[in-house]
Amino acid sequence: MSQSIIGSSAGASAVAGPAPVAAQIPRRRGMTSLARREAIDGYLFIAPWLIGFVLLTAGPMIASFVLIFVDWDLLGDPKWGGLTNLQRLTTDRLVGLSLYNTAYYTLFSVPLRLGLALAIAILLNAHVRGLAFWRTAFYLPAVVPAVANIILWVWMFSPTMGLFNMVLSTFGLPRLNWVWDPYLSKPSLILMSTWTIGNVVVIFLAGLQSVPRSLYEAAQIDGGGGWAQFRHVTLPMISPVVLFNLVMGIIFSFQVFTNAFLMTQGGPANTTLFTVLYLYQVAFEQFKVGYGSAIAWVLFLVILIFTLIQWKLADFWVYYEGKR
Amino acid sequence: MTAGQLSVGASSGRASSPGVAARKLGRAVLMYAVLVLLSLIFTLPLLWMVTTSLKEQGQVFQVPPVWIPDPWRWDNYPEAVRRAPLWLWLYNTATITVLATIGNVITASMVGFGFARLRFPGRDVLFILLLCTMMLPPVVTLVPKFIMFRTIGWNDTFYPLIVPAFLGTSAFNIFLVRQYYLTIPLDLDEAARIDGANNWQVWLRVLVPLSMPVLVAVAIFSFVQHWNEFLDALVFLHSEQMKTLSLGLRAFINPNDASWHITMAASMWLIVPMIVIFFIGQRHFIQGAAMSGITGR
Repeated sequence: MSQSIIGSSAGASAVAGPAPVAAQIPRRRGMTSLARREAIDGYLFIAPWLIGFVLLTAGPMIASFVLIFVDWDLLGDPKWGGLTNLQRLTTDRLVGLSLYNTAYYTLFSVPLRLGLALAIAILLNAHVRGLAFWRTAFYLPAVVPAVANIILWVWMFSPTMGLFNMVLSTFGLPRLNWVWDPYLSKPSLILMSTWTIGNVVVIFLAGLQSVPRSLYEAAQIDGGGGWAQFRHVTLPMISPVVLFNLVMGIIFSFQVFTNAFLMTQGGPANTTLFTVLYLYQVAFEQFKVGYGSAIAWVLFLVILIFTLIQWKLADFWVYYEGKR
Repeated sequence: MTAGQLSVGASSGRASSPGVAARKLGRAVLMYAVLVLLSLIFTLPLLWMVTTSLKEQGQVFQVPPVWIPDPWRWDNYPEAVRRAPLWLWLYNTATITVLATIGNVITASMVGFGFARLRFPGRDVLFILLLCTMMLPPVVTLVPKFIMFRTIGWNDTFYPLIVPAFLGTSAFNIFLVRQYYLTIPLDLDEAARIDGANNWQVWLRVLVPLSMPVLVAVAIFSFVQHWNEFLDALVFLHSEQMKTLSLGLRAFINPNDASWHITMAASMWLIVPMIVIFFIGQRHFIQGAAMSGITGR
């Protein structure tokens, strides 16, 4: 308790961290010097990433951008292609279709995954017996190799002897073709995406731990019930982590690839042709590396726009306890 | 009973009337029922892999699926070891994973602190740039990355799989730690600064201990990611004695040989260590700001 008293007074008096040395030596430009010292430390703290970005990440990113203007089949010599790859983008119907499929998938998959993961995390944050076992169980699909997960889902979706159709026929309902039905293929893959939410659950669990117990006690004293506490304590306090899961969910969901690649190859009738799957086919099956890069950078722009919108909207609903 | 901290069976002292007690019991039963049902669904793939690894070949693709092997074929496991250098691959995978995980945890915590707690010119632009590095599909930068590492002579070494982790290339983990640090009250930093702590001490002595749940989460994510890493291993590791488990096991899946029972047995070398790490690590999800008793308010 004493810490909170000191803390609030310090927070009011000093914007930058008051270093004792600075307090002793009188100086003309005290704040600027402090700000400069903080800035130097700031660059030092992010130095590992900054160095890694310049040395390892920036080069390949720039190279992939330059490839947009090049015709290359991976084997022969690259030839300058000018703007042909960009012109091709405007006439290729499949680019638009794949972006539509990807956006559709993201629109439903991300909220579904986040909602389910938050519900499970709250359940797993409880005082139940055998917590270690339950938590591990929910995390399992995230550690099982993708191929094993897919073999299992092919069986579950199977029209003739699959688990889902067995359940449907038990209730006298018609059997469905699931992922092989043009109208159900995307919903089926969205359903499948709720399977591997182990990471999201773990992040919510860690976030729930940063909520001080005293806030719940205060809410209880004020007569707040379970829902009120969730709405007015839990949700605001974990909102930075919700933002993380939302932003990352959108970034990863727009790059959905593996399940469609291994299960449907984009079919039926291109209904699961997602953008990364299409650019993979273009770059590594049709050997048009430059055009594949062009599609990738279109996707990059789409994801960037969605992320920046999220970032701006966050000002209205994310509550930061410790923002400077 | 709170939303964030459901407490089943923990008597609050207010459960005096029999109606309230019955409702509590009912809620506990419902909760365990939901837990059992959901976790059964989520455990299915692993159960299927384990039983398949103990089946005879003929039972593997039987319809409807056989869940209890008959007879139990324990010999699938020695057979898997005879077919491939699983212990060597395990050693390689462990070397890469442990080193890369250490690098990821240190840099994520450090860079996350810089972005969350310190102000410097260009901070917000640099952070958006960090997010941008995750927006380009990895398959696109694969070829340039390969050419770059081959040029500096790192082809067929573990370096391309370890060194990037120490240079903060995991934007995901940095972003995660930054968001978590932003939930920790600034008052705690300021109190330490009053006591004369500099930025490095605030980071190591205040924020790192308070953020154990998220650092453990980062450690688990990095462990699983590097343990399973396939694309980078495929591109950079070539000789037989350099292979990792996920790379080596891919060779197990041979279209001319449908011995899935052996493949599944071999896959246990890949899966079991990750489950053990998660099982050990998850205990630490319940240590941090909420347990410290410090609220800042």
